[in-house]
Amino acid sequence: METREIDKIIARYNADPQEIMAMFMEIQDKEGYLPKSALSYLADKLHLRLAQLYRLATFYEAFNLKPQGDHQIHVCMGTACHVRGAPQVLDKLQQTLGITAGEVSSDGSFGLKTVNCLGACALGPVVVIDGEYCGHSSPLKMEKILKKYKKHT
Amino acid sequence: MPVERGDSPFVGKLKSAADLEKLKLTILSERDPGKPCITVCMGTGCHAYENEKVFAALEKEIESRGLSKKVELRGTGCHGFCEQGPIVVVFPEEIFYCRVKPEDAAEILSSTISENKVIERLLFKDPLTGRKFTHESEIPFYRYQKRVVFGRNKSIDPKNIDDYIAEGGYQTLAKALVSLTPEEVIREIKRANLRGRGGGGFPAGEKWETTRRAPGEKKYVIVNADEGDPGAYMDRSLLEGNPHLVLEGLILGAYAIRADEGFVYVRQEYPLAVENITLAVKKAEEYGLLGENILGTDFCFKVKIRRGAGAFVSGESSALMSSLEGKVGEPRPKHINTAISGLWGKPSNLNNVETWANVPLIIDRGWEWYSGIGTENNTGTKIFSLVGKVNNTGLIEVPLGTSLRTIIYQIGGGIPGGKKFKAVQTGGPSGGCIPEKFLDMPVDFDSLGELGSMMGSGGMIVMDENSCMVDVARYFMSFLKSESCGKCTSCREGTGLMYDILDRITAGRGSKEDLERLEELAWTTGNTSMCALGKTAANPVLSTLKYFRQEYLAHILDKKCPAGVCKALIRYTIDPEKCTACGRCIRLCPQQAIRGEKDKPAVIDSDRCVRCGICREACRFEAVLVE
Amino acid sequence: MVTVIINGKKYQAEEGRKLLQVALDNGIEIPHLCYHENLSSYGGCRLCLVELAGRKKSSLVTSCTLPVSEGLEVKTDTPQVKKARRLVMEMILPQAPDSLRIRVLARELGVSAVSFPSEGDGCIRCGLCVRACEELVGAGAISFASRGSARTVEPPFAEEPESCIGCGTCVVICPTDCIKMEERDDERKIIRWKRTLKMKSCVRCGRPFLPLAMVDVITRRSTSPPPGERLELCPDCR
Ligand SMILES: Cc1cc2nc3c(=O)[nH]c(=O)nc-3n(C[C@H](O)[C@H](O)[C@H](O)COP(=O)(O)O)c2cc1C
Ligand code: SF4
Ligand code: SF4
Ligand code: FES
Repeated sequence: METREIDKIIARYNADPQEIMAMFMEIQDKEGYLPKSALSYLADKLHLRLAQLYRLATFYEAFNLKPQGDHQIHVCMGTACHVRGAPQVLDKLQQTLGITAGEVSSDGSFGLKTVNCLGACALGPVVVIDGEYCGHSSPLKMEKILKKYKKHT
Repeated sequence: MPVERGDSPFVGKLKSAADLEKLKLTILSERDPGKPCITVCMGTGCHAYENEKVFAALEKEIESRGLSKKVELRGTGCHGFCEQGPIVVVFPEEIFYCRVKPEDAAEILSSTISENKVIERLLFKDPLTGRKFTHESEIPFYRYQKRVVFGRNKSIDPKNIDDYIAEGGYQTLAKALVSLTPEEVIREIKRANLRGRGGGGFPAGEKWETTRRAPGEKKYVIVNADEGDPGAYMDRSLLEGNPHLVLEGLILGAYAIRADEGFVYVRQEYPLAVENITLAVKKAEEYGLLGENILGTDFCFKVKIRRGAGAFVSGESSALMSSLEGKVGEPRPKHINTAISGLWGKPSNLNNVETWANVPLIIDRGWEWYSGIGTENNTGTKIFSLVGKVNNTGLIEVPLGTSLRTIIYQIGGGIPGGKKFKAVQTGGPSGGCIPEKFLDMPVDFDSLGELGSMMGSGGMIVMDENSCMVDVARYFMSFLKSESCGKCTSCREGTGLMYDILDRITAGRGSKEDLERLEELAWTTGNTSMCALGKTAANPVLSTLKYFRQEYLAHILDKKCPAGVCKALIRYTIDPEKCTACGRCIRLCPQQAIRGEKDKPAVIDSDRCVRCGICREACRFEAVLVE
Repeated sequence: MVTVIINGKKYQAEEGRKLLQVALDNGIEIPHLCYHENLSSYGGCRLCLVELAGRKKSSLVTSCTLPVSEGLEVKTDTPQVKKARRLVMEMILPQAPDSLRIRVLARELGVSAVSFPSEGDGCIRCGLCVRACEELVGAGAISFASRGSARTVEPPFAEEPESCIGCGTCVVICPTDCIKMEERDDERKIIRWKRTLKMKSCVRCGRPFLPLAMVDVITRRSTSPPPGERLELCPDCR
C-alpha cells in the first residue's frame, strides 16, 4: 500500500491514536489484510510502538496479517448454527478446499474462516461468501456453491 | 438500497419543543394514512433471503404502473420472524406476507393493491395446524408477545428520521428537557426498576446516579452494541431497525447524568447496524437533537460511533472502555467502578442497547405503566432470540416472568419434526442448559440464576433429542478458550484444560475421574479469574453435568453418544427396508464409502466413512440411520 | 497513611499502595509470579490471591492489584486461599515444567507432579518481560499476541525485533528462565526473540561488553554528565 494512501487515512482520523482500529479497518478494506509495511508506517507516524500495533492486530478477530483468498468464506460458529450442523458444513468445506479454517487454498481462490455468531441465527447454519449470506446451509449445498464460485474465478 | 424518500419539509435545527411538534404535524399532514404502503423488511435476516431483490421488483412494478404517487414503498426494520423472510406487509390493512419472492411483486400490486385481494399463497401457514393468517397480530408467534420496545420496527424506515418523528419520536426528550430535572429523570428510571438488559440485570437508575454523583465535570455515556453472545441478535435488530429509539434513550441518559459526550460501540460484523446508527446520529445532529443547545436549551451532547473488531471479551464494560481508548480490549481490575472511573478515568455510564431503548418508553409513559409489565422485581419486557430446534425461530419480546414453556411452545410452536425437547440454553457462554423439568419457571434475571444459568443478553437456543449435551459443553468451552483474553492463568488454562477433557469424552476416551477433574477445574476457573468471563466460564459445564450427567456417563462408560452427534461414537448405516437403491448417496459420498448394486440396498463401509452426514441429507427416503 | 488488617493484625500503609507490597514490606509471604515492585501491576498469574474478610460470600482477589484503603481486611492463608493457590499452580506448572523456580514454588504450594499433559515452552505469560521492556528499558520491543489459549509473548510478526537493544532485562526478570541469552565473539543473542546484536569492545582489554544498540540509547538519553568514559571501558577495566 502506498504511503500516500495511508497518510490520507491518518488525516481522516486527525492522527488520533484512539482511532487506530478504525484506521486498521480502512487499510484492511483496501488491502484485504494489514501489511507489515503499513503497520510500521502507521507506528512511525502516530508515534506508537510497532509491538503495540501488532498486539492490537492479533487481538481482534477482524484483522488479518496475511493476504486473503479471492473469495472469503466465513462459517458462523454461533450456538444456533452449531446445533443445526455448522461443524458438518465446516468439515465439508475444509475437506473440499483441502485447508483448515484460517488458511487460504493453495491456488489463492478461497480463504476459509470461522467467525463468531453473526446474528443471523434464525437462518442457521449460516455461511457468508464475499458478504453474501447463505442461510440453511448444508454440506451438500456447499458443494454446489463452491462450484458456482469456482466458475467465477 | 432503499430509495431516499422525500426528505423532510424542514431543514435546519429545531430550536424548541414547539418546533419539534410543528415538524411532526407537518410530516403527518403530508402523509395520507389511507394511502397504501408496502413495507419490506430490510433487516439482516431477510437480507439473506434477498429482500433487496424483492424491494427492487416492487419498486419497478409501482413505477411501471405509474403508481409512484399513489402507493408508498418503505424499507423497515426487522419484524423478528426472520425464518419467514423476506417479510412484506401491506398497509393500511396490515396484510402480512412471508417468504416473498421478486416474482410475487406483480401480483401484490395487481391483486392486493389494486383489487384489495389477499394472496393466499403468501400468507403465513402454521406448520402445526395448517391454518393461514392474514394479519401479523393473529399469528401465534406474535399473539403471545408484548412488543413495546420492538414494536415500531415494523412500520418505520430506520433510515428516515421523519418516520420516527411522525410516530412521536423525540417528543419524550423534548418533554424531559422542558419539564423534568435530571434528578427527576433518574428517579423515574429507578422507580420503574429498569434492570440492565446486557446480562447482569444491574439496576440502571442506580448506575446512572453513581455516575451522576461521581466527582468531575467530564462524564461519558456509552451504548454497548458489541453483542458477542453466540445465538443472540436483538441488539443488532434494534440498531438496524430503530436506531433513533436507542439514540433518544442515550440522549435522555446523558441529560440525566450530565454527560456531554457519548459513544456507540458496535461490532463491525454488523455493517447495517453501523450504517443505520451512523446515519441516525447525523440526522439528529442536523435537526438539532444532538450537538450544541439541544432544542434550544443549554444542554449540549455529542455522540461518536466506534466499531469493535470482533473480540467477545471486549463487550465487558472495562474492556470496552479500553478498546474505546484505542487499546487492547481486555478487562481491567475493577477495584473502582467504571461508573466512577471509566473511560480515560472519567465517570462513565455504560448500558446495553436494549436498556437504552427502554428509556424513552419509561419517561414517556411513566414508571407506573412500566412496572405494570412483568413481575415485581423484573419489570418490563425482554427481547429474546429464540433459535435452534424450534419451529418458529426469530426475535420475540415478552414480559419478564413469562414461562419457558409459553415461549418455546406457544410462541415458538414447539420442536420441529415431532422430536422431543431436551434443553434450552440461555445466557450465552456464561449461561447454562435448562432441562425439561424447569420449563414452567418464569424467565427473569433471578430465576434463571437459581437454575445455574443466566438471562444473559437474551439468546435462547432450543435443543432437541438430537443435540448432545456433552458436545454443547465442549462447544462453549471451545468458544471460551479462544475468546478469553488470556490474561488470567485460571481462565486461559482452565478453559483450555476443560476443553481437552470434554474433547476426550466426546471422542470416547473419557474416564470417570475426568468428571471430578472437570468439577475441580470449574471451581478454580470460577473462583480465581478476574472478570465475569472467567468467573462464569464453567457454567455450561456445571449445568450440563448437573442435569445431564447420564449423558456424560453414556459417553464414558458405554462409549455411546445417545444423541447421535459425537462422530467417534456413531456409525452411519442404511436401512435396507427403506432404501430404494436409487444410488443418490453413492454418487454423493465424498469418500466413496457407499457401495451398492442395481436393485439392492446400498451399504456403507464404516471404515471409509468420515461421518460427514451428506448421505443422510441426500437420501430422500430417510434410509440413512445413525447409531 | 491508612490502617489495614492482614490475618487479624493491624498495619499502617500508604493509601493506594498495593496490598501485596504492603504484605511483603511487613514480612508476610504471599506467593506471586507476575508482580514486580518496579513495574505496574498486572494480575495475571492469579497466585497472590487473598480472601477479603467481612463479606457474606467469601471472595478471592489478587493482592497485587488491590489498592489498600482504610479498614481493608484480608486473610492470606485460609483453606480457601490455599486450595485456590494449589489449583492455580497445577495450571501453571505444565506451562513451565522444566523451570526449577516454578517447580520449587509448586512443591511449596502442594503440587508435586505435573497433573495435566504438558505442552509448555516455559512461558507462563506473566508479562513481566513485556512490562520491563516497556517501563524500565523504554524499548517496547515485545508484546503479547493473540488472545485466549493462543496468547503468546513475541516480537512483532514473530520476527527479529529491531527495537530490542539487547539489554537482557527480560532475561533477568523472567521467573521461569525461559528467555536465554548467549554471547559469542562480538555478538549477543537473545534466543527467544531471535535477536542478534553486535557488541562494543572495551578500549582497554578488547573484550566485547555491551551491545552497540545499548550504547546508542545510553548516549542519546544521558544529558548530563555525558556518559563519556563509562561507555568505552568494560566494567572490569573501569
Ligand atoms: C465477557 C463479557 C462480554 C460481554 N458482552 C456484552 C455485550 O456484548 N453486550 C452487552 O450489552 N453487554 C455485555 N457484557 C456485559 C457488560 O459488561 C455490561 O455489564 C453491560 O453492557 C452493562 O449494561 P446493562 O447494565 O445495560 O446491561 C459482557 C460481559 C462480559 C463479562
Ligand atoms: S477472567 Fe478471562 S477474560 Fe477475564 S480478565 Fe481473566 S483471562 Fe481475561
Ligand atoms: S517470557 Fe518469561 S517473563 Fe515473559 S511472559 Fe513468559 S514467563 Fe513471563
Ligand atoms: S502476582 Fe498477583 S496475579 Fe500474579
